[in-house]
Amino acid sequence: MEKFTRLTAKACPLPQPNINTDAILPARFLKWPRDKGLGQVLFADLRRNPEGQEIADFPLNQPAWQDAKILVAGRNFGGGSSREAAVYAVYDYGFRCVIAPSFGDIFAQNAVKNGLLAAIVSDADAAEIAAAIEADPERMVIVDLPQQTIVCGNRSYGFAIEPVSKSQLVNGWDDIDLTDSYRAQIETFLKRDCELRPWAAFVKR
Amino acid sequence: MRQRPQTMFDKLWSSHEIAQREDGSALLFVDRHFVHEGSFHGFSQLKARGRKVAEPNLTFGIADHYVPTRDRDRPIANAEIAEMVRKLEQNTGDTGVTLFGLRDPRQGIVHVVGPEQGLTLPGLLIVCGDSHTSTHGAFGAYAFGIGASEVAHVLMTQTLWQKKPKRMRIVVNGEATAGIAAKDIALAIIARIHADGAQGHAIEYAGSAVRALSMEGRLTLCNMSIEGGGRCGMVAPDATTFAYLKGRPYAPAGDDFDRAVADWSMLPSDPNAEFDREVTLDAAAIAPIVTWGTTPDDALPIDQRVPDPADEADEARAAYIRDALDYMGVRPGTKLTDVAIDRVFIGSCTNARIEDLRAAAAVLAGRVSKVPGLISPGSSLVKKQAEQEGLDRIFKDAGLEWAASGCSMCVGINGDLVPEGERCASTTNRNFKGRQGRGARTHLMSPAMVAAAAVTGHLADVRPLLAGRKA
Repeated sequence: MEKFTRLTAKACPLPQPNINTDAILPARFLKWPRDKGLGQVLFADLRRNPEGQEIADFPLNQPAWQDAKILVAGRNFGGGSSREAAVYAVYDYGFRCVIAPSFGDIFAQNAVKNGLLAAIVSDADAAEIAAAIEADPERMVIVDLPQQTIVCGNRSYGFAIEPVSKSQLVNGWDDIDLTDSYRAQIETFLKRDCELRPWAAFVKR
Repeated sequence: MRQRPQTMFDKLWSSHEIAQREDGSALLFVDRHFVHEGSFHGFSQLKARGRKVAEPNLTFGIADHYVPTRDRDRPIANAEIAEMVRKLEQNTGDTGVTLFGLRDPRQGIVHVVGPEQGLTLPGLLIVCGDSHTSTHGAFGAYAFGIGASEVAHVLMTQTLWQKKPKRMRIVVNGEATAGIAAKDIALAIIARIHADGAQGHAIEYAGSAVRALSMEGRLTLCNMSIEGGGRCGMVAPDATTFAYLKGRPYAPAGDDFDRAVADWSMLPSDPNAEFDREVTLDAAAIAPIVTWGTTPDDALPIDQRVPDPADEADEARAAYIRDALDYMGVRPGTKLTDVAIDRVFIGSCTNARIEDLRAAAAVLAGRVSKVPGLISPGSSLVKKQAEQEGLDRIFKDAGLEWAASGCSMCVGINGDLVPEGERCASTTNRNFKGRQGRGARTHLMSPAMVAAAAVTGHLADVRPLLAGRKA
């Protein structure tokens, strides 16, 4: 997993609340293996009309934001279905950070596991950042994870993130390697658990 | 020293904790891991690392998301779908995981099959790469949906790192009136707390109206915890739970069962246990509920009108309502009962259990549906039972299609879709834009309310239709 420390990039505003994982990646693309390029179908039904033409006023379709690496979203971004492929699509499109007042729980956890920073700011700060980048789409935004700050124009904003998620992103940590170092504890737990809850362990060793 | 009173969630958490990290997250042991066709990402990661499934005996594969609901005795016509089902067969076969495959008589929706087989038990930690895993909490289990990387992690280690959520209790007191189903209670709760209301919380449902629910009703209630923003929901195990479990294929039997019941009886929250948040509802005040918009909290009693953005002071809210009504093709201020429908769907992990089908049949019996519709039972065993009870006859006589079991028109990845622009009265859990198909308009409601919509051709209050009938 790629480390995330500091990112300077353009930011694209998408302020509607409740952009759920179905909207991020419609179900019909779930069959796609990841290497087919999920970025091209990110927000598929928001980006294109039923005839397949781009909807001009959708922010991602505007030339200025084509190369944005930061998304400034509304409340409850990534709520709904647990599909991790929604995170793949956001990441594979080129986004490295989503700034929003809140995230779907599972989306936020999946984000960390894929090197995508889900930065939580207040409603007011999200609105202010979105307004600033709408006014000046060329403006570069700086996201600093160790400092937990976002610099946009002459203002600096703090953001929240779970400490676990932060250290994983900063270090590019892999959960599985980490868990393997707990193998002895897992074995001890299992032995004791088989005595304590044999009814739960019926299919265990 | 006396221990501090604990909530059921605290007990579930501590009984699964293997180790803690400095940052406060814990490594938890996973008792049951359900995998479905979509879990192929997790199996790919397993293979890429050259690993084995850590506990194949605690892992169960179920084909549900992509399976066709028609022509099940033939090879799957759609090549992509056939490939998804084949991948699951191969991944489970290669790793020694039990599969309830397409032709298995026990096949069905993972959240219906788990309880039905007695794989879902009180006190367990259950995960699946599907957000509606919250369903299994109905038994007093800690059950939640996980992402593909977490699926891979569980496959390889049988554990999961989790940060402990806060505790929330939703109490539904009093007695629900006739014709009110668990789905109405679930929608009333979500309308009250909003779609992100329980975010970061483990929900415990309590109160006399929850206690009075059957296991089927509790499963429906916990199923929709995710629509209220919670990752899990749970109901304390009691006599209803134990009676349901007794004799189930994978449930403990004989002395083991008695010992289990003794253990399970210790699970409910201690008196005076503290919750971080409490919400209380009065069951007697809950009417049949339908959604009008594009999130599950856009829910109102059937005797109301859809909102009018002109009445809304908050401009952002007004804009949202305008957009939702525009998508749904409903004029502001329309009476809900004036909204005509194009089709109905009864199915999904929310409402496709035998009791749900009986509730729909009670309304449909001797009546004809004014619109086409599909009924997909929650499992192949539910299908068989419904046919033994003659429910299939009632559905077919009403002009509805009786199909095989799967996720079907809830998520639409198997090809069962609502055509663009059509309006569907649906027992599913999500009314997001495009959820049941591109441009599809979904109204969520209970199975009885879907049946009422079917026989009247519009959204309708089921209560008068039940007069003089066995509900």
